[in-house]
Amino acid sequence: MIETINIHKTFGENEVLKGITANFLQGKNNLIIGSSGSGKTTLLKCIVGLHEPTKGEVIFAGENFTKMNFEQRVPIRTHIGMLFQNSALFDSMTVEENIMFPLNLFTEKSKEEKLERANFCLERVNLEGTNQLYPAELSGGMKKRVGIARAISMQPKYLFVDEPNSGLDPKTAILIDDLINELTEEYQMTTVIVTHDMNSVMGIGEHVIFLHNGEKWWEGSNKEIAHTDNKELNDFVFASKFMRAAKAKL
Amino acid sequence: MFSSFGRYVLLLRLSFRRPEKFNVYWAEIMREMVSVGIGSLGIIAIISLFIGAATTIQVAFQLSSPLVPMTVAGSIARDSTILEFSPTISALVLAGRVGSSIASQIGTMRVTEQIDALEIMGVNAPGYLISPKIIACMTMIPLLVIMSILLGISGGYIACLVSRVVTPTDYLIGVRDSFDPLTVQVALVKAVVFGFIIASICAYQGFYTSGGALEVGQASTRGVVYSCVMILFADLVITRLML
Repeated sequence: MIETINIHKTFGENEVLKGITANFLQGKNNLIIGSSGSGKTTLLKCIVGLHEPTKGEVIFAGENFTKMNFEQRVPIRTHIGMLFQNSALFDSMTVEENIMFPLNLFTEKSKEEKLERANFCLERVNLEGTNQLYPAELSGGMKKRVGIARAISMQPKYLFVDEPNSGLDPKTAILIDDLINELTEEYQMTTVIVTHDMNSVMGIGEHVIFLHNGEKWWEGSNKEIAHTDNKELNDFVFASKFMRAAKAKL
Repeated sequence: MFSSFGRYVLLLRLSFRRPEKFNVYWAEIMREMVSVGIGSLGIIAIISLFIGAATTIQVAFQLSSPLVPMTVAGSIARDSTILEFSPTISALVLAGRVGSSIASQIGTMRVTEQIDALEIMGVNAPGYLISPKIIACMTMIPLLVIMSILLGISGGYIACLVSRVVTPTDYLIGVRDSFDPLTVQVALVKAVVFGFIIASICAYQGFYTSGGALEVGQASTRGVVYSCVMILFADLVITRLML
């Protein structure tokens, strides 16, 4: 489990996060939702250590991540997998090299074992046979899947996903959501997903945290969203005619 | 300015932290060496030949007095090539070729979150990205400079053969006459320092890029401009200290 305790983050005069306290549950998809500029990605970056919180603490399975230095964080980081919004695959490496990269640096596996693991990860995301392709030769959906394959190559305990569906068609977006959901269950990972895609929220949102103006405004499951009387959450979730119609049918 | 210098020094310190796995870094160093060395051979060969030839013709043109033997043209062309043209002009050209590539490569990795991906994995990103480039530049640029010196002097010889402003024999006598190995030492020291300047300044500019394609381009330009200025400054300091 991951805990954030009273996380504040300020950029110059702009306070982006205003005391976020939340628990992210193991074996579940924890979704951080909110409108643009609400602080979702900043919170995610504070949790993984890409931003240092101005105040507050991040706890990974009882260990205070915020107080650790770079070297102390390495053992925790080897249990972290992350899928970035634009996949962030290394351009100069093939698909196979991308997946094997963390294995090369942090394991003592033989080349054959690493290759076997890379092939397993590619198989798991349904991309067998793409080993020698470069990221530039892949479609957006394929890049996301390679990103997931790289993220799970070290069998992480924690999976962080930033806007998994941005730039994808609805069918591929559902495929990516399902894949993340399956992997979360399979590896019993603590998965934290930043999104404003309502299909994801309704589909895989077992634990949802709604941010509004840098504050935690609401917390619950996707089943509870339709019945909440929280105005800001309702305005966000049911902004589209389609979602309003769906709610009316409930 | 002071805060930028402080950040630059801190980045260099991070770059030379103990690597996670030496063989991964070694492979990266080899890759960078090929990129810097082999990739720059063509341009360095061309400019060295032409500069050597042009220098010889110009020196010969200025030696109009019959009291000065024409062999002096060879000596002056040799020393100018070894001390200044080969290390400095090569470094300025390499700042454009290698430096801009370093800044734009690292800058693109920054804006496309590839550096964040490295950090999330627990990789020391400055160490993995910057130290191999610095080591590659500091080892390959001196080799390129040695090649440039040889080609520059050969260019002068070709100019003598073609233009006959100095006879090839006079030129060769001049090239061999009163050669001081210190000049080669000075050239190599310059090359090592210039290599460090090009790689570190351009990597710094790329590493702290934020924004998008426009900012990557600006970082690349800044990297080349600052490297060129620092190369010329270091050239003056080394020349003053060693000669």
